[in-house]
Amino acid sequence: MNEIALLLAATLASGTPLAIAGLGLLLNEKAGVLNLGAEGMMLVAAIAGFAAAYYSGSDIVAFAAGAAAGALMAAIFGWLVIWLNTNQYATGLALTLFGGGFSAFVGVDFAGKKLSDRSPLNIPGLSDIPFIGPALFRQHPMVHVAIALMFAFGWFLYKSRAGLVLRAVGESPESAHALGYPVRRIRFFAVIAGGALCGVAGAYLSVVYAPLWVEGLTAGRGWIALALTTFATWRPARVLLGAYLFGGVTMLQFALQGAGVEVSSQLLAMLPYLATIVVLALISRNPVWIRINMPASLGKPFHPGS
Amino acid sequence: MLKLEARPQPSKAMSFASPLIALVLTVILAALLFAALGKDPLKGLGVFFVEPLNGMRSISEVLLKSTPLILCALGLAVCYRSNVWNIGAEGQFLLGAIAGGGVALWLTTEGISGSRGIYSPLVLIAGALGGMVWAAITALLRDKFNASEILVSLMLVYVAQQLLNYLVFVPWKDPMGFNFPQTKTFDASTWLPALLPKSRLHWGFVVALVFVGIFWSFLFRSWRGYQLQVGGLAPAAARYAGFSARTSLWTALLTSGGMAGLAGAMEAAGPLKQLTPHVSTGYGFTAIIVCFVGRLHPVGIVFSGMLLSMMLIGGELGQSRLGLPNALTGVFQGLLLFLLLACDTLIFYRIRWKGAPHAVVPPAVKPATPTTAKEGA
Amino acid sequence: MLRLELVSISKQYPAVKANDNVSLKVQPGEIHAVLGENGAGKSTMMKMIYGAVRPDEGEIRWNGQPVQIRNPQEARHLGISMVFQHFSLFDTLTAAENVWLGLDKSLSLAEVTQRITKVSKEYGLDVEPLRPVHTLSVGERQRVEIVRALMTNPKLLILDEPTSVLTPQAVEKLFVTLRQLASEGCSILYISHKLDEIRALCHHCTVLRGGKVTGEVDPRTETNAGLSRLMIGSEPPQLKHVQAHVGELALELKGLSLVKQSPFGTSLADIALQVRAGEIVGVAGVSGNGQQEFMAALSGEDTRAPAGSIRMFGNDISNASPRHRRKMGLHFVPEERLGRGAVPTLSLAQNTLLTRTEAVSKSGWIRTGQVTRLAADLIARYNVKAGGPGAAAKSLSGGNLQKFIVGREIDAKPKLLIVSQPTWGVDVGAAAQIRGALLKLRDEGCALLVVSEELDELFEISDRLVVIAQGRISPSVPTAQATIEMIGEWMSGLWPRDGAAPRKEAAHA
Repeated sequence: MNEIALLLAATLASGTPLAIAGLGLLLNEKAGVLNLGAEGMMLVAAIAGFAAAYYSGSDIVAFAAGAAAGALMAAIFGWLVIWLNTNQYATGLALTLFGGGFSAFVGVDFAGKKLSDRSPLNIPGLSDIPFIGPALFRQHPMVHVAIALMFAFGWFLYKSRAGLVLRAVGESPESAHALGYPVRRIRFFAVIAGGALCGVAGAYLSVVYAPLWVEGLTAGRGWIALALTTFATWRPARVLLGAYLFGGVTMLQFALQGAGVEVSSQLLAMLPYLATIVVLALISRNPVWIRINMPASLGKPFHPGS
Repeated sequence: MLKLEARPQPSKAMSFASPLIALVLTVILAALLFAALGKDPLKGLGVFFVEPLNGMRSISEVLLKSTPLILCALGLAVCYRSNVWNIGAEGQFLLGAIAGGGVALWLTTEGISGSRGIYSPLVLIAGALGGMVWAAITALLRDKFNASEILVSLMLVYVAQQLLNYLVFVPWKDPMGFNFPQTKTFDASTWLPALLPKSRLHWGFVVALVFVGIFWSFLFRSWRGYQLQVGGLAPAAARYAGFSARTSLWTALLTSGGMAGLAGAMEAAGPLKQLTPHVSTGYGFTAIIVCFVGRLHPVGIVFSGMLLSMMLIGGELGQSRLGLPNALTGVFQGLLLFLLLACDTLIFYRIRWKGAPHAVVPPAVKPATPTTAKEGA
Repeated sequence: MLRLELVSISKQYPAVKANDNVSLKVQPGEIHAVLGENGAGKSTMMKMIYGAVRPDEGEIRWNGQPVQIRNPQEARHLGISMVFQHFSLFDTLTAAENVWLGLDKSLSLAEVTQRITKVSKEYGLDVEPLRPVHTLSVGERQRVEIVRALMTNPKLLILDEPTSVLTPQAVEKLFVTLRQLASEGCSILYISHKLDEIRALCHHCTVLRGGKVTGEVDPRTETNAGLSRLMIGSEPPQLKHVQAHVGELALELKGLSLVKQSPFGTSLADIALQVRAGEIVGVAGVSGNGQQEFMAALSGEDTRAPAGSIRMFGNDISNASPRHRRKMGLHFVPEERLGRGAVPTLSLAQNTLLTRTEAVSKSGWIRTGQVTRLAADLIARYNVKAGGPGAAAKSLSGGNLQKFIVGREIDAKPKLLIVSQPTWGVDVGAAAQIRGALLKLRDEGCALLVVSEELDELFEISDRLVVIAQGRISPSVPTAQATIEMIGEWMSGLWPRDGAAPRKEAAHA
């Protein structure tokens, strides 16, 4: 019983960076911008956060550094894609490739260094509830932040006027422009905020989850987070659900290894990626569903001159 | 202040100039980066951009490394022009190495031998098929399930890497290899014939150049190539004309998968002569940059392929001669792509000095539809 | 005191002077028409009034005071509101949310929803606030746009070609609403190129041609001919009409039913129609009643039609591809020029290859010389003003590109030509040329099916008329025996069904 509780706890911890990054990308996509640079942003943020934690010893500084790194990279991407109207796919790819190279370069001095283990939060009373206690309440605060973010997003997107405007911009930037909304500025803010969240997720990986730095630390999580937004049909609660699902699959691979299952570790390591492919295929199957839920202007450039 | 003003017609001159401007800007930023790292900027630039062309040996290395880049990029050009965003060329490359390497390994362990290179065509064909099969998975999922080819092809890269790791760590590991994750060295009969004596350069380079010609004809003179490009430029027009989007999707993915697989097999049977977890140093991803810097054009790709190959060699030289981390190459390559995309704007927009800020709304020409679009009048 | 005055306004774009020293005077409570053909400068003028664009020269005066209108919000604050020709609506949001987005933040969504119900009753504009916009018909969507504009308490309401999406009966209802507004003191700017409507509704009319004002008249005292002379410099060109020599059955549709593919589309229901060689059958109908789906089923872009439902000269082509249909002699001109009829960034020569494959060899190679010659030939014969066969499609004006595309299809010597919106967005001169070419083709024995939202055009060139409404097609009637009122009723679905009494409820009005 205790093993399952621990597995659940590990799933939540593992899914949290995916959830936070996924929510950040959701914000982007609701505004109509597809940022394929998620992986690159997370990598740069991971090394920034790691370096900050290493030198300052403070988690808060590390997360701030990660958020700043993510936001900065997103700003470059946003400037190119929104103001200079470059191709969103190519520019996002450029961000990822650059981020990979840059993080590897900066991280050379940090390879193999370790940070002190982060002791999980212990909420008195709640943490002692059998099963639920160890599963839900002995976690790093970020896990709770992710859940809180989900609620905040739900309120923002569907109950606030600003959220309505954002969705309108993603649905039809031309109409929003005709009504006088500053479409490009709104998209730019969405991109930067999304980048900051991806940055927080990246810092979480290197500072809390690992906690170490190695080249390519994120191992494709940025891409999985992108797949998450489609899987979640662009709804915040489902982003979290998907994130924990993938967290679970990742944990499954370790659990199977630990249980002495006779499958090579490399084949087990394929599991999260194969799971992503399968889920993506199943969700995308229904074109009508996608059409109704996907922001209509996603990925398309916006020219205010029309 | 500076303002961007739309050009009435895209500028052809800028199409050519843009990659060059991007390169110049990259070099400038590189110099600044060297200075920031405490190294002499001129020395750094020399090592990265000049040394690789110094002497026959270096040039042969540049040509050698450009081969997989050119091959992969040619296939990707077909994909991107068709608006099929295959970014899993790296995975298709690895599967090509696995398939070609697998054939080579089988021949070697069965003791089938012969003069150098006699069985290499077999290895290469197997490689191409391996890459095609891997790309076919992406095509199938997009065709039948409408799954994004970007994400599927990318996920398959990670799967391919793990597959390669598994093979060289477990079933294909050389029993005499001191437990290192590597296969036996392939028999000489499977190696690619050498092109230049005393260098690692092999006939694969010539094959790449031949493909440049083939792809040019395909893209710009063939009916199938025309259909693919219309599908990429205006899907509704392609439907109107009756071009099959499905055929285009499969053609694009199988072509680029085959080319990447071919490149992978060439790496395994060319310079490496065995399989290790490090068959690829990110060729599949670098090829994406090669493709864009080369303007998605077969001839441009030859030049950009050599340019990026030079940067790869430069990175190695930088490490051995100046103690700079090899990861610097990745930084420069990423920078080059970014700057290229930014400079490309100049093809469609002009920079102008404007006085007071204006709500300038130039008349853009958009698809004219009776009730669903606007036309400036 | 004038409500709105434009004094010597000019606006220059890189290629053209859209407005050249234009003036406009609008009284309070006046319905003022702005008349001009496509490209005359009407929408540039409007953009300046509602704040999307700033004039290069001249002055705008509001209630006598000079003002600078820097953006749509400032225009709204002054009391200027605009109903766009192509709606600025968000499909997945409800009507109430759409209206709320068009207003300032002061009211809550609940308050807005209540006021919508009030306003719509007051002006006879039926709107259900909680329905998502994508479930609304085109006419209903326009009502949402108008309600949104009215809720800003406008002193000046601008309407851009409002009747192109309405049946004649709905147009009358709209006029009632507009007259009520005007009587309450709101000024109305009515942009249109429809002479009859302007003469029926408007108190005053400013005519634009080529960016300049050519006249300011009272349309109630003018004739169509007089207005036309101001608008295009001459009387509307007369087309020759020859008696139709009807031949064999070219196209037969029976039981054509097709379920809609997109959640926002229209299903086709049991369509029956005949088109014979040597005649033009016109299909009238308000946009959004299945025209797109109907065209796709006929052109081959949608191959799901039931077997046997589409026959050409007796051959079943229901599931044939576009290329196969072209081989049989069926050619199609779609309503979207750029992006569907032609690829914008490719040259005119390369664009011929979309539907003309004579230059493709059997082994799959393109003979580029032959392709260029064909394009040059089309440019010359159809009076296309272009920079040559190498000019990019998007560098041509709407009218010239349309002439090229129509010419490309006519030159293929089709046995059946289907045309959708032949002269939308095209200047009067080119429109006349295109209609003349269609008539000539029919005189030479081709069968033609023309879908258009312009009733006048259909009445001018068709031999027989049918109406499409809610995915169904009416019985046909010879044009000579049809009237605008009757067609208008049919556009609401009210045509007589066999034996049954005419349907009472008008749908999609």
